[in-house]
Amino acid sequence: MFENLTQRLQETFRKLRGKGKLSEADVEEALREIRIALLEADVNFKVVRDFISNVKMRAVGSEVSASLTPGQQVIKIVNSELTELMGGRESKIRYAPKPPTVIMLVGLQGSGKTTTAAKLAYLFKKQGRKPLLVAADTWRPAAIKQLLVLGEKIGVEVFSAEEGEDPVEVASKGVDRGKFLGCDTVIVDTRGRLHVDDDLMAELGSMQKVIMPQEVLLVVDAMTGQDAVNVASSFDERLELSGVILTKLDGDARGGAALSTRAVTGKPIKFVGVGEKIDALEPFHPDRMASRILGMGDILSLIEKAEAAYDKDKAVELREKLKTAEFTLEDFQDQLEQMQKMGPLDEILRMIPGMSRIKGAADLQVDEHHLRQIEAIINSMTPEERRNPEIIDGSRRRRIARGSGVRVQDVNALLRQFNQVKGLLKQFGGGGKAKRRAMRKGIIPFLQ
Amino acid sequence: MVDSEFLEELEAILIQADVGINTTERLLSGISERLKESRQREASDEEVVLRALKDEIVAVLGPPEPLRKAEEGPTVIMVVGVNGTGKTTTVGKLGHRFRAQGADVIFGATDTFRAAAIEQLEIWGERAGARVIRHEEGHDPAAVAYDTCQAAKARGADYVILDTAGRLHTHVNLMRELEKTKRVVGREIPGAPHEILLVLDATAGQNGLSQAKTFREAVDVTGIVLTKLDGTAKGGIVLAIRDSLEIPVKLIGIGEGIDDLRDFDPIEFADAIFYDLDA
Repeated sequence: MFENLTQRLQETFRKLRGKGKLSEADVEEALREIRIALLEADVNFKVVRDFISNVKMRAVGSEVSASLTPGQQVIKIVNSELTELMGGRESKIRYAPKPPTVIMLVGLQGSGKTTTAAKLAYLFKKQGRKPLLVAADTWRPAAIKQLLVLGEKIGVEVFSAEEGEDPVEVASKGVDRGKFLGCDTVIVDTRGRLHVDDDLMAELGSMQKVIMPQEVLLVVDAMTGQDAVNVASSFDERLELSGVILTKLDGDARGGAALSTRAVTGKPIKFVGVGEKIDALEPFHPDRMASRILGMGDILSLIEKAEAAYDKDKAVELREKLKTAEFTLEDFQDQLEQMQKMGPLDEILRMIPGMSRIKGAADLQVDEHHLRQIEAIINSMTPEERRNPEIIDGSRRRRIARGSGVRVQDVNALLRQFNQVKGLLKQFGGGGKAKRRAMRKGIIPFLQ
Repeated sequence: MVDSEFLEELEAILIQADVGINTTERLLSGISERLKESRQREASDEEVVLRALKDEIVAVLGPPEPLRKAEEGPTVIMVVGVNGTGKTTTVGKLGHRFRAQGADVIFGATDTFRAAAIEQLEIWGERAGARVIRHEEGHDPAAVAYDTCQAAKARGADYVILDTAGRLHTHVNLMRELEKTKRVVGREIPGAPHEILLVLDATAGQNGLSQAKTFREAVDVTGIVLTKLDGTAKGGIVLAIRDSLEIPVKLIGIGEGIDDLRDFDPIEFADAIFYDLDA
């Protein structure tokens, strides 16, 4: 479904080609698709409406820069607007001038507060700080035990009371305990609650008054839909949040909730949870999040990276060869080298628009080992063999296999793949689109 | 004909209920057809349009479907879902419901991953009056499922409810582990698991569809439990799920209490989406 969306966007943008300035019609057509993209990404309906009208104002009449198509220009504006809206730069924890820094984690049930509390404590510990965890969720069955287990796992002390005790009191005692132990950071885990539950929201208010935290962080599930705005604004009204932590980003949710919460509270996202492991907590990068929500991949940085690494002359030469299907294993070797200059392949792949949305792509891993193997095989060939693979007979295959430390079957497989790619190139001749498709196919066989 | 402003309002309500843009468009074009057919073109009455839309939603959701039961021997229910949707709580509530009907219920603590998940289930077991079969944290979930089935057979229990670990549907290995648990259960008790319930958080957005799809592919989900409907979220993604995957909603969770589990009622659900409009 998402893949279709990206394709649709690209289809729209293909239509908007070769004009100097963005006309209102161009922009509107593009923005129609952007609107759908944002709604599919769970950005709140009203937030989308405002966003679209802002972009429209900015985009209409703006110059299309020489290196971009009008469609790309609109994406660029959308992307920078999104990034800006989400806070420009990453935001850090506000430490108390006089320790301990007190951090309160709040949110709906099941958003991941307890796990996040432990992850934060672990992060602080790694930074050389001395954290204390406070188990102030005295309601959910075994929530205290959960934090105790996690605390033990990471070697961080946990202050806890009995289940059913008054959470405000527990939090207050916890902070005192932190001072007593000389801890510089106290993380208070609270019970999950609905934003419409007046009593429980009031309870958080009193807790805040008593422990006076530097940070009140709302923990939000990245899979949250339209309701994120209601949740975030209610918590913010009551507690004046200092920021947001977005969890479960290791799934395939596009995470529109990030934009929604930011838009209605104006508060920065400080961290994102990216896995079940205790170290799976990362600083928030607005630019990456913007691309994810848009579902267009990190296309700009891909272009940048490619331009920086790619030898232009060789690229032209390669293009010529592709046109005439005179693509040899030597060119292939060149191509591999160029690609490796761009960085780890799976990183590059992640930047390709829509890649993360393709079914099964989540566990798609580029086998760098396999790639090195291929390189070794080609390196073990004579220049003549590379230019003219037809001459590689059985005994040459055995020699190449020995030389590169692989099995003969591996050499066979490579030659087979190479011939397939070449066949495709021939088939598609000089056509631009077909050539691109063939080039993609040329890369795909090396993915597992 | 009703003015387009009203239709836009309906569109906004549906999208904000997490129905998703595709399903929203389909629903709205569906009612245009419906209105045309019934020669109510002149019906400028907003009430008529709203009625038609609610009917369309109820039609998509289909009639309520009761939980399946084994013809003989224990009925096995597997409770699955992503992290934090309320699986353990749902197991507790479900156990309580069966106990109240006089059934003998056993819980299997197959969430051996999350810290203190086993203890959490034990507390629910106590509340509901269900025995809990458990191993240590970190043990093989399939082994726990096996032991639970053995215990159920030995005791002639009526229900086995397995609380599985929350897992993001994108983690392939964890999904395989779930398949394995299901296989083990099927080997031990013929026809089991009789129900595989996907617990879906009502606050979930469009990703709910992806969750349902992947879980269905892995373990053939038979029904959905839509939890946390006591907040302001409407859980509209179940419409898209029913529409494209044909998985029915069977139960809803409406609070933290042990009684806060209800049968799903499509008409109530449709009404709730437009609650603010009616008010």
